[in-house]
Amino acid sequence: MKLKLATVALSAAMAAGPVMADLVFPSLSYRTGPYAAGGIPFADGYADYFTLLNERDGGIGGVPAKVIECETGYNTEKGVECYESTKGEGALVYQPLSTGITYQLIPKTTADGIPMHTMGYGRTSAKNGDVFSHTFNYPANYWDGASGAINYLLEENGGDLSGKKVALVYHNSAYGKEPIRTLEELSAKHGFELVALPVDHPGQEQKSQWLQIRRERPDFVLMWGWGVMNQVAVQEAANIRYPMENFIGIWWSGSENDVLPAGEAANGFKALTFHNVGSDFPLYDDLNKYVVDAGKAAGAGDQVGTVLYNRGLYAAMLAAEAAKKAQEISGNADINASDMRDGMEALEITEAKMAELGLPNFGPAFSVSCENHGGDALVGVTQWDAANKTWSLISEFKSTDGDVIGPLITEDSSAYASENNIGARCN
Amino acid sequence: MFYREAGDFKTSYTDDSQTFPIKFDRYRYYVVLAVAFGIVPFIINDYWANALLLPFLIYAIAAIGLNILVGYCGQVSLGTGGFMAVGAYACYKLMTAFPDVSMFIHVLLAGGVTAIVGVLFGLPSLRIKGFYLAVATLAAQFFLVWLFNRVPWFYNYSASGQINAPERDVFGIIITGPNAPAWATYLFCLIFLALCAVLARNLTRGTTGRTWMAIRDMDIAAEIIGVNPLKAKLTAFAVSSFFIGIAGALFFAVYLGAVEVGEVFGIQKSFLVLFMIIIGGLGSIFGSFAGAAFLVLLPVVLKVVGADMLGWPTDIVAHLQLVIVGALIIMFLILEPHGLAQLWRVAKEKLRLWPFPH
Repeated sequence: MKLKLATVALSAAMAAGPVMADLVFPSLSYRTGPYAAGGIPFADGYADYFTLLNERDGGIGGVPAKVIECETGYNTEKGVECYESTKGEGALVYQPLSTGITYQLIPKTTADGIPMHTMGYGRTSAKNGDVFSHTFNYPANYWDGASGAINYLLEENGGDLSGKKVALVYHNSAYGKEPIRTLEELSAKHGFELVALPVDHPGQEQKSQWLQIRRERPDFVLMWGWGVMNQVAVQEAANIRYPMENFIGIWWSGSENDVLPAGEAANGFKALTFHNVGSDFPLYDDLNKYVVDAGKAAGAGDQVGTVLYNRGLYAAMLAAEAAKKAQEISGNADINASDMRDGMEALEITEAKMAELGLPNFGPAFSVSCENHGGDALVGVTQWDAANKTWSLISEFKSTDGDVIGPLITEDSSAYASENNIGARCN
Repeated sequence: MFYREAGDFKTSYTDDSQTFPIKFDRYRYYVVLAVAFGIVPFIINDYWANALLLPFLIYAIAAIGLNILVGYCGQVSLGTGGFMAVGAYACYKLMTAFPDVSMFIHVLLAGGVTAIVGVLFGLPSLRIKGFYLAVATLAAQFFLVWLFNRVPWFYNYSASGQINAPERDVFGIIITGPNAPAWATYLFCLIFLALCAVLARNLTRGTTGRTWMAIRDMDIAAEIIGVNPLKAKLTAFAVSSFFIGIAGALFFAVYLGAVEVGEVFGIQKSFLVLFMIIIGGLGSIFGSFAGAAFLVLLPVVLKVVGADMLGWPTDIVAHLQLVIVGALIIMFLILEPHGLAQLWRVAKEKLRLWPFPH
């Protein structure tokens, strides 16, 4: 009872908090738990970009941006708590960085009228904006990833994969299961054999999966992993001497954290990506000047320039650009969540705009529309160089197999629409 | 002074054997009910419902369920997460198969399905005891989670293997889905909790409860005096699983809305509920409430104090949370091995004599 009283007092104090004055970008981060290695750099990048905007430009359109961090630990229950505690603060857009939390928030954010951006994760069929009004997953989604990987393999093998064997090592959760449907379609189309090998959370134990790979000798291995699972998989692949150049991870399996523990043996490991790697961009000069050297970097400040830091930065950049667009549409600097949604839906990223922001060639050019919340689905491939400890882009951003993905998205989203009685919204 | 039996005369056996024989206790109970049913629904908001009250109410149901099995009947179970998953998936299948049936019936039926599964996994308890039984229920935990991950029929062949609660109502009031009002979800869970608690309290006070406790205290002696161990153990598994199934169904349908079995109903859920009843007090209904409140509310309070009020970095708060909750658990177990319920009991004893302790 005492505890209850204490919480009553506390939340009363919270409810009487600051009035809306800033543009609030909640960051449902995870700096603890088995997935922290991926969560920390992303959260740092996300926060640092907004710090940069505040320090250099005085915010977005003159209104300062405020990042509220809430620790989810990649746990859905804590994710719910975080969502409920931040949504009242004028949250503009949610980026939960967890497919599990995304599934939970899709109906909630839609009911509350707050947009959610799941960049390269979440529910793939959210690309169909006709059904998912408040969920965005530009610039690329898992099915693009699956198709991108197969396209890359086709290219490497002279356009023919028939008779080859492709293994998928996946995190046994909603996240890991996402690509299976697309890969099945693609295997029928291109005539390769697909072997799916689930790895249970958190993924430290993969001996049997890799034993099976050793036995079945697949020509290529794809991986949908996250957190500690990636490191273990790369290590296990090295242990059975699987050729690294035939091992391709999704973008969540391609950061420094995943390959460094295996050392030299990880050389040649490949990963998909939808943005560029490294810190060789003009924006980083400003970032160093205004944020890092000024001692305002989020977290320990040691993640600058890593793959996932760049991704957090990219996510923040897209959110800021959408906010600018929203200010332009509504003619009001102090936008709300509904304006933000309209801004996201009208977002258009061009090469020129990226260059202007100090990030030339950092990500693909794409545009969002009412029907298409997923962008133009361009996927590139990066490769790890263990000697120099760097990732480098080895295949430019190329388009994926829309003939296969399009019908799957229509099928899945219309199933969701009929389950939840959602009518067509666009046109 | 005010908490005493003196002057509270009982003139019938019914009066004498009521749940709260002391007048003050009885009134306190009525006040709690009145506040919970009459006041809270009017002042509740989304944050309160989804972050604090719903998890508390649902975990309390699960804790009561597990307490019946572990605390009253002495059968150690580590399969709570798996049984909650049975409740959740049963509820999901029912909700999608019969959209027009009231949620009340779905949740009760989900409890019923879980009771059957629980009895099935309780069968080994007739032959094995103690740690060995714990291992057998642990097998149930892993088997059930694996089953729901493996067989697409359970999640209606959805691409991601997730189950999502569609919008369903009770008497026209939306209970599940994102548009459900906070008060409705709260009341829905509260009604189930109140029913479960009253049912559990009366079961444990009657013949059934006495046979459970006889088995717990010494099964051979119980058998000699005529307690049927088969019946006692299996009814304990059935009743316990029924409650846990209801908790699982509510957890999925009302609280989370979307569930992925490995993450939500994994082994850590079994341990969490077990910790609740150990901290709250084994063999006590009040203990189930206290334990659930302790483990649900404390982390949120620490987070609110640390991150929102003091402005500390979120990762430090999250780590401190683990340290503080862990330290408190150890402290409680050393200072009061019988849990919060025993503290409450001691306080009541003291209060009865106060202010003249001799």
